[in-house]
Amino acid sequence: MITITDLSYDRDETPVLRGVDLTLNAGGVKALIGPNGAGKSTLLSLIARLIPMQSGRIMVDDLEIGACANDVLARRLAILPQASEAAPLLTVRELVGFGRYPYHKGRPTAADREKVEDALATFELQALAERRLDSLSGGQRQRAQVAMIFAQDTDYILLDEPLNNLDIAASRGLMRTLQDLAQHHARTIVIVLHDINYAAAYANEIVAMKDGGIVAQGAPQDVVTEAMLREVYGTAAAVHRIDGRVLVGV
Amino acid sequence: MFGRRLLLLTLGLCLCIALYLVWGARGNWGFVLPFRANKLAAMLLVALSVSSATVLFQTITRNSILTPSVMGFDALYLLTLTALIFVLGGQSFMQLPAIGQFLVNTVLMMGAALALFGTLLRRGGSDLFRMILTGIIFAGLFRSVTSFLQRIIDPNEFMVVQANSFARFARVELPLLALAGALTLAALGAAWHMRHRLDVLALGEQTAISLGESPRRGLFQVLILVSVLVSVSTALVGPMAFLGLLVVSVARQITPTVSHAVLLPSAGLVSAITLVGGQLVLERALQSSTPLVVVVDVLGGLVFLTLLLRRTPR
Repeated sequence: MITITDLSYDRDETPVLRGVDLTLNAGGVKALIGPNGAGKSTLLSLIARLIPMQSGRIMVDDLEIGACANDVLARRLAILPQASEAAPLLTVRELVGFGRYPYHKGRPTAADREKVEDALATFELQALAERRLDSLSGGQRQRAQVAMIFAQDTDYILLDEPLNNLDIAASRGLMRTLQDLAQHHARTIVIVLHDINYAAAYANEIVAMKDGGIVAQGAPQDVVTEAMLREVYGTAAAVHRIDGRVLVGV
Repeated sequence: MFGRRLLLLTLGLCLCIALYLVWGARGNWGFVLPFRANKLAAMLLVALSVSSATVLFQTITRNSILTPSVMGFDALYLLTLTALIFVLGGQSFMQLPAIGQFLVNTVLMMGAALALFGTLLRRGGSDLFRMILTGIIFAGLFRSVTSFLQRIIDPNEFMVVQANSFARFARVELPLLALAGALTLAALGAAWHMRHRLDVLALGEQTAISLGESPRRGLFQVLILVSVLVSVSTALVGPMAFLGLLVVSVARQITPTVSHAVLLPSAGLVSAITLVGGQLVLERALQSSTPLVVVVDVLGGLVFLTLLLRRTPR
């Protein structure tokens, strides 16, 4: 369970987050949505300790962000880095191997190697294992990065707008993978998404943000309504319900 | 992985060392061997520190064409040297014992290097082009101030500056060599100790944090090591502008990997072969008194241009 209490964050004197209180239960895919500048990426970066805390408190189970040692947190919580960060000279197997670093600190054991092979198999990367990252397509590279995070074996996985620059096939593939990780591997996925339709289709829980605060939280069919879209985004989009699923008209 | 290539490089270095020690030696072996061994030790020290400093620097800047020299370190050395002679006067500078000169130089350089690289990396760390530009502008500034100071000092003092501005492998006093060796070996040991952390830091800030490393702490530690390594070697023999770039580029070709456990030794071996072998060829085969640094700079400069033109910097 991720518990956030009274979290505020200012950037250049401008408040980005204003006293956010939020509880995310373990299990399932949680999507953060909201207009540009709502503070969702900042919130995710704070949970991921990519930026330093200013005020408030974030607990990941019993570990407090900012107080807990980095390498202990790295065994509990992983972040999918931006695709541009992937080191081009690494092979896929080397990259996935780094997922075990928090456990072995540079000296992999047989068990670590087994986990890496397992991750390569789970993400169907065996054929690409010896290829260098710069020879892969954007979608394949991201699959390798997700495999690295899978090998890291953390309860929580955070992703910041991972669908940018992916086509529809790669986007659906990634979202299905995340859903599968949540359902069959007991991981908790927290993901920032721009496209509400992807959020509604794949998330178990949606958190809508506006102006640095939480506006709504709940199941997609409860949160995604015409009234919410008007309030949060200021746009009059139609919301259709087909076979119990929600679809926003664009 | 790459074990055989490292072994071959080691054999090559041993051959160079053996040839350097015995080739063309006439007269009293009791005199020749210690004399040559002294010079050899200085070369090995410089070779290892320049190559390791370059590898470390390229790791934290995540770029394979930057070196401390390219980012203005050599210009900073000349400025420090000139300012020192300007303040102390050429005579009192020359009269300082060698170890005193070395210590003053090293301490000043380490402080200045930390300030320079710290500023460069903190202000523009995420923006490579801004960082390179800032480095080049700093180097230009240092050079202008240096030439201004050189214009207003006494011609005799200018001679002292000139004599110290180029890297030369001359005989180094034993206590000085021991001190430089101890500092260098300590820094190299620390770099070797953090080789796995370096692999992770090289992956980028977000990945490193996700894997439980702290990039800020890593950056700070690496900067200290780089400052120690470049300051000691520069204070010992003088600036070796393009040596680091040349040998690390060659090492990346011979052992194409990102693992620091391979890259650090491989770059060190290539660097030592370049210096010892180059000195051997120049001194013994060609009977030339051209300083090796001139040849290294011509080759290194060509490599730098090729790297710049062949691919966009990462």
